[in-house]
Amino acid sequence: MSMGRTLAGKILARAAGRTAVEEGELVTCRVDLVMLHDSGGPRRVAPILERLGVRPWDPSRIVLVSDHYAPAVDAESARILDLTRRWGREHGVARHYDMVGICHIVLAEHGHVRPGMFVVGGDSHTPTAGAFGAFAMGVGASEMAAVLATGEIWLEVPQTLRIVLDGVPGRAVVAKDVMLALCRRLGLGGADYRVVEYAGPGLAAFDLDERLTLANMAAELGGITGLIEPDARTAAFLGALGMELAPEELARWRSDPDAPLASELRLDLAELAPQVAAPHSPAEAAPVEEVEPAPIDQAYLGACTGAKLADLRMAARVLRGRRVAERTRLLVAPASARVWREATVDGTLATLVEAGAILLPSGCGACAGYGAGLLAEGETCIASTARNFKGRMGAASARVYLASPYTVAASAIAGRICDPRPLLAEPVGSVAEEVRGG
Amino acid sequence: MAEIEGTAHVLGDAVDTDLLAPGAHMKGSIEELARHCLEAIDPDFVQRVRPGDLLVAGSRFGIGSSREQAAQALRLLGIQAVVARSFAGIFYRNALNNGLLAVVCPDHEGIEAGDRLRLDPMAGRLLHLPSGRSFACRPLPGHLLAMVEAGGLVPWLERRFRAAGRGPRT
Ligand code: SF4
Repeated sequence: MSMGRTLAGKILARAAGRTAVEEGELVTCRVDLVMLHDSGGPRRVAPILERLGVRPWDPSRIVLVSDHYAPAVDAESARILDLTRRWGREHGVARHYDMVGICHIVLAEHGHVRPGMFVVGGDSHTPTAGAFGAFAMGVGASEMAAVLATGEIWLEVPQTLRIVLDGVPGRAVVAKDVMLALCRRLGLGGADYRVVEYAGPGLAAFDLDERLTLANMAAELGGITGLIEPDARTAAFLGALGMELAPEELARWRSDPDAPLASELRLDLAELAPQVAAPHSPAEAAPVEEVEPAPIDQAYLGACTGAKLADLRMAARVLRGRRVAERTRLLVAPASARVWREATVDGTLATLVEAGAILLPSGCGACAGYGAGLLAEGETCIASTARNFKGRMGAASARVYLASPYTVAASAIAGRICDPRPLLAEPVGSVAEEVRGG
Repeated sequence: MAEIEGTAHVLGDAVDTDLLAPGAHMKGSIEELARHCLEAIDPDFVQRVRPGDLLVAGSRFGIGSSREQAAQALRLLGIQAVVARSFAGIFYRNALNNGLLAVVCPDHEGIEAGDRLRLDPMAGRLLHLPSGRSFACRPLPGHLLAMVEAGGLVPWLERRFRAAGRGPRT
């Protein structure tokens, strides 16, 4: 009776130095890659390491990213960034990305993640790296310090919840809509620390930028990691970064057909409408046509889920030749310096700016509530970020809706929550007028 | 770990890390952050809470970010233990790693704010003193309780390193 293995099980077995692991078993894994950022990183772990009297076990396995407080908005943020820089230097961390983008995007676009890796990051959206078929879990600072001290972490081998995507998504339906719909269906945290593995023919519709969003928001589902089997698209993405994926690797890092699953959930992309999550939870999602067209003070395109090149291009498709509504501000914080550069070269940023967008620095910015673009009491915002918890983006009474870049852009034009589909169908110009007037 | 006794504060489902450790105060000290714990849903919480109190919460307590300040703030306010129907995975690890007792109790119907409770984390039992009713909890294994008792993962590692002959260079 040979039982198949899940992709997660295969990665953990390898990291634990075993041929196989059983679900529910407690294992200790060697960590292949550690991601630290300025908020939960050196400022929190350095005092702990000092107290323990140890240095990081292997600086060559660390990637340090300054994104949460970058660029500094006050003396305290500046101090945190300075401390982060010094710590990196003192500990021989060669890979410090200082103000060049949001950690999860930086990891992806610099090719630090490859299939089969076991990654531990000091951030809850660390599962983003699962888009490459890596097991990537987020931890708090004490646990991170323990990882840095020992190079290891214990965990209970989790079960896998497989989400099978069928069909072809309709107009303006993208990864963010899939995730908001799943948040509603499973409930916030509904994956209960299982592995969220995305599979099915519907995945073909999603390029790596979109898969990053799927894996990233496994965090909202409460999964220990998101996971997508590597395929030709993954190989092409990594190949372009100079990392060849051998055919054996593609064949190895997959779930066996008879692997044990906690459950399987199917989602037909063809039946999915653009989603909007109402305040104050991603699980408050509903199809855009069922959501009250609330007036919008601020539209925000930002964060690791909502400001990658693909995201900005979506927004540009809607905004081209149109103007942001008079009482609405559209703020755009590209996810990284590379996104900024590529979106400049292909004209995307010019399109956004011509429509009235204000560009903000790359970084976590308003998403974490640390940077520029915060909300006043009573204001309403629609954002392409992953979370809309009460008080996260500024004042506690502010209301944040979540949606895809298409829907955020359409809402910026209309000045209220708006279905992007008509704007993508009709010739530019007439519909915009109609929407603004209505 | 022996039984503990304390007064209950009752919270609902999906209390997230932004409520426990609001982003706007993340730059400051943990003491400063703790003063704003839960203020977005309960502005008087910090005034009311007394050292030794227990939090009784619904499902998925601590969902959201990996910031362990969420657990640290509760501990700093003197919360002895959080008893919840379920916890978000990262928060659960963070709580134990920071010496905050986190106990899964799938059913605790009828407990109200101000009620006295007695908790036995090792046996997995929550006793509601006003009614004498007992609720089953998931028992915490001895080694995790020892870590919590040591004050969390760091003090516990410190001991381990000392024992192995590594230690702070003074
Ligand atoms: S952009 Fe937002 S969700 Fe992403 S890492 Fe930064 S704070 Fe977290």
